[in-house]
Amino acid sequence: MAESTTQAGVPEAVSSGTLPGRVATSLRGTLRWLGVLPFGVYIALGLIAPTIAIAIASFKSSSGGFVKPSGGFTWSNVDTALHGTYLLGLKTSILLSIATAIVPGIFGLLIAYAIFTAKRGNLLRQVVITASGVFANFGGVPLAFLFIATLSTTGIVTGWIKDISGVDIWNHGFTLYNAYGVFFVYMYFQIPLMVLVILPALEGLKPAWREAAQNMGAGTWQYWRYVGGPVLLPSFLGCLLLLFGSAFSAYATAEALSGGTIALTPIQIGALLNGNVLAGQENLGYALGLIMVVIIAIVMIIYAILQRRGARWLR
Amino acid sequence: MSALVKAAEKEGHLNVITLPSNWANYGAIMKDFSAKYHIKITDANPEGSSGQEITAVQQLKGQSRAPDVVDVGTPFAVEGANDHLWAPYKVATWSNIPSNAKDANGDWYADYGGYVAIGYNPAKVKVAPTSFASLDNPAYKNMIGLNNSPTTAGAAFAAVYAAALANGGSFGNIEPGIKYFAHLKSIGNFVPTAIGGPTTVQNGTTPILIWWDYLLASEVKPVVPGFKIIIPSDSSYASYYDQAISATAPDPAAARLWEEYLYSTTGQNLWLQGFARPIELPTLVSSGTVDKTAYAELPPAPSGALTFPSQAQQASAENVVSQNWATQVGS
Amino acid sequence: MAAVASIEAGAQTPAPHAGPARRRRYPVWRWVILLLAGAYFLIPLYAALRFAGLKAFPDIFKQSGFFSAIGLSLRLAVITTAITLVLMVPTTVYVHLRLPQVRRMMEAITILPIVIPPIVLIIGVLKVAPGFLLGTPYLLALVYVILAMPFAYRSLDAGLRAFDLKTMVEASNSLGAGLPTTLWRVVLPNIRTAILSATVLTVALVLGEFTMASLALYVTFPVWIVQFEQNSGPVSVAASLLALFVTWILLMIIVTLGGRGARKRGGSQVALFSVAQQDFSQTMGEPE
Repeated sequence: MAESTTQAGVPEAVSSGTLPGRVATSLRGTLRWLGVLPFGVYIALGLIAPTIAIAIASFKSSSGGFVKPSGGFTWSNVDTALHGTYLLGLKTSILLSIATAIVPGIFGLLIAYAIFTAKRGNLLRQVVITASGVFANFGGVPLAFLFIATLSTTGIVTGWIKDISGVDIWNHGFTLYNAYGVFFVYMYFQIPLMVLVILPALEGLKPAWREAAQNMGAGTWQYWRYVGGPVLLPSFLGCLLLLFGSAFSAYATAEALSGGTIALTPIQIGALLNGNVLAGQENLGYALGLIMVVIIAIVMIIYAILQRRGARWLR
Repeated sequence: MSALVKAAEKEGHLNVITLPSNWANYGAIMKDFSAKYHIKITDANPEGSSGQEITAVQQLKGQSRAPDVVDVGTPFAVEGANDHLWAPYKVATWSNIPSNAKDANGDWYADYGGYVAIGYNPAKVKVAPTSFASLDNPAYKNMIGLNNSPTTAGAAFAAVYAAALANGGSFGNIEPGIKYFAHLKSIGNFVPTAIGGPTTVQNGTTPILIWWDYLLASEVKPVVPGFKIIIPSDSSYASYYDQAISATAPDPAAARLWEEYLYSTTGQNLWLQGFARPIELPTLVSSGTVDKTAYAELPPAPSGALTFPSQAQQASAENVVSQNWATQVGS
Repeated sequence: MAAVASIEAGAQTPAPHAGPARRRRYPVWRWVILLLAGAYFLIPLYAALRFAGLKAFPDIFKQSGFFSAIGLSLRLAVITTAITLVLMVPTTVYVHLRLPQVRRMMEAITILPIVIPPIVLIIGVLKVAPGFLLGTPYLLALVYVILAMPFAYRSLDAGLRAFDLKTMVEASNSLGAGLPTTLWRVVLPNIRTAILSATVLTVALVLGEFTMASLALYVTFPVWIVQFEQNSGPVSVAASLLALFVTWILLMIIVTLGGRGARKRGGSQVALFSVAQQDFSQTMGEPE
């Protein structure tokens, strides 16, 4: 895949214009932006406006309104959201998301690498790619049930293990319903997501480089240390960011598995906004949502900083 | 009444929401009502929650598909009343509804309910449970489930309340209930999955399920042969859902006719056939109009009058559970 | 690294040729990984299949609400894909041609939908959406476009970078073609694979999306499956397996067709699911 360094920095405005002078250039410059106007409007309406609406609602005290919060400005929602079980939820969500970004990230990379050397059009490659597309979007109750059918006390694999070794893993402390279980199940959509997003970056690893390195006497380790690794690292980190975001916002799967016994922010938001028990605390849910967005923003900033540092190191 | 019927038939349509057809026999109820009055019923989001009903009433205000009537848990009925979402209405049999089960103004009124019950599959559960206390038995390792989570679902929340009553708690103190489930989890008996239900009983993940008695009867019993349902001997906690008419109902006459129908002997008995306890059951029994066969199918109810937590107690209990469930019961 | 990269500009990535050194490098570990992965992904499917039983499959079509749920999901998929392509193809082409400095910002913006939790986004949308939109499920399609944007943009972006867009457009212009002709006969055919891949990713997304649909109270197919679980476990499980399988077949068809097209053209081989993380990292990281 071409890395376009050809467009580095050269302002497009230099190219042909029919109007003379600086006026022409700046007018042309402004008009140019019209081309992305539809996109910009769509983003503003579909992404920015809702986020702002949530931000505003987070700071309103809910005096009984379900959809239109009434009441004055208050910090109480944000305050509650940062204490007690909600704080635990935020912490657990972040930790779980980091774990389910890194581990599936590595596995996904390995799987992607295992198939990327297969010839394009090779059946294995196509099957893995399409399967990844399907699994990356699979989750929630059906996924939870898949693993219950596999690994619960009456699960098929539990049975196999019992038959082969006589050991009942559930008697030895194994459980699907805690954070580790959730982690194990999350891999089902995180790994395929990683495969999908890292594959193009692997395409960027030209085989010619590998051969060149070999010709210069580099072994496998050196290839990865000096050529492969540095080329892949920025993409790899970018993919990890995607995985983090995906895990952080995953809601239905964890809820189905853990039934609220694990404090996770998306589950708590669901209970506040959508449940049968808590009434009238929607604004707390919005506040939690706002905090989630803030956390993601922070993570993206950290990521950007890391990338700049890394890029400098790579030179 | 006949004027109401005429007006309702003229409207010809009724929007209901979150009424699963196998929940308290709603399928039969809707069918019978439609046939009787030639009113077409649209049931939106059958598996939705009370919160979603409220949201729908507000979001869809002014549209023809807005809900006319709702069937919600009491906290939501109360919130809706505070928000002026309901149109007050007193059905003909209003006086048969206990005063602690309705809003004095007529904004909402209890419809049916049941007791928190323990259901179990005798094929997998060799020792029959009889009470909450009896569940504390190593024989039940990895067996006991709830339907959904107490922070999200009314039935599961009620189970915690019931457990509290069995363990020295009260309507004002739900903490013992949380501790009870924490204990059950620590000894490995409690399976915290949220998808506890007919399927997990079927496949053996939760051979013991704590749920509403009428749902155990109408949803689990048909798919699990020999399934048994008991009301725990150490705690009888009943909770009733509430009806309300939307103040902005697109079909106001049909909505009121629906309520009259539900609170008529026919309607109440249909609920009974769904194994739920209609709110006017005592009146039906004493006046002999109760469907005797259906009544006999119900697990024997504890004696004594129905008691419910006050709104303040319930709200505070909900908060306690949502704050503490994960921290105390979770790992 | 820039120097090395420029050698490969306009890339044709040659398939690895099999020489003796190559053959040595299909080591065992590759198959171990794939086997482990296969086990992890396939065994649970088998477990679910065993629970549901083959008999449950015909029952799916008899269930109430099945056809309307599937119909809704498919309609949403078509509309979402249409809007996504109509919005993103011209925008991406335009940005490549005229506003290259914006590309970095586009990358950053289009990653937001992935990282803003859907549960947060949908409640925000429900708050700001005007009344007439709230009444229709097509509101979901509009929101799904936002969700699909990251994948669509990256596919198109990678596709556009795989060949020299500017040169081709200029050549086309100098040969006398007007803008529409250029777009239709020069640009679009070259990004055909990217468009296909964007389509495929969007369709897979819409057919699998649960959280937003259920919070917005619409019964799409994934929502139906979960709701139906209360009625009949085996049928619901069978339905979700069926959904997985059908989506996969659909993707395989598209991938095979698209791949064949690319090979016929011979040139610019773009990986079929090009989510260009590589350049995202460069645009985010390079201190220009």
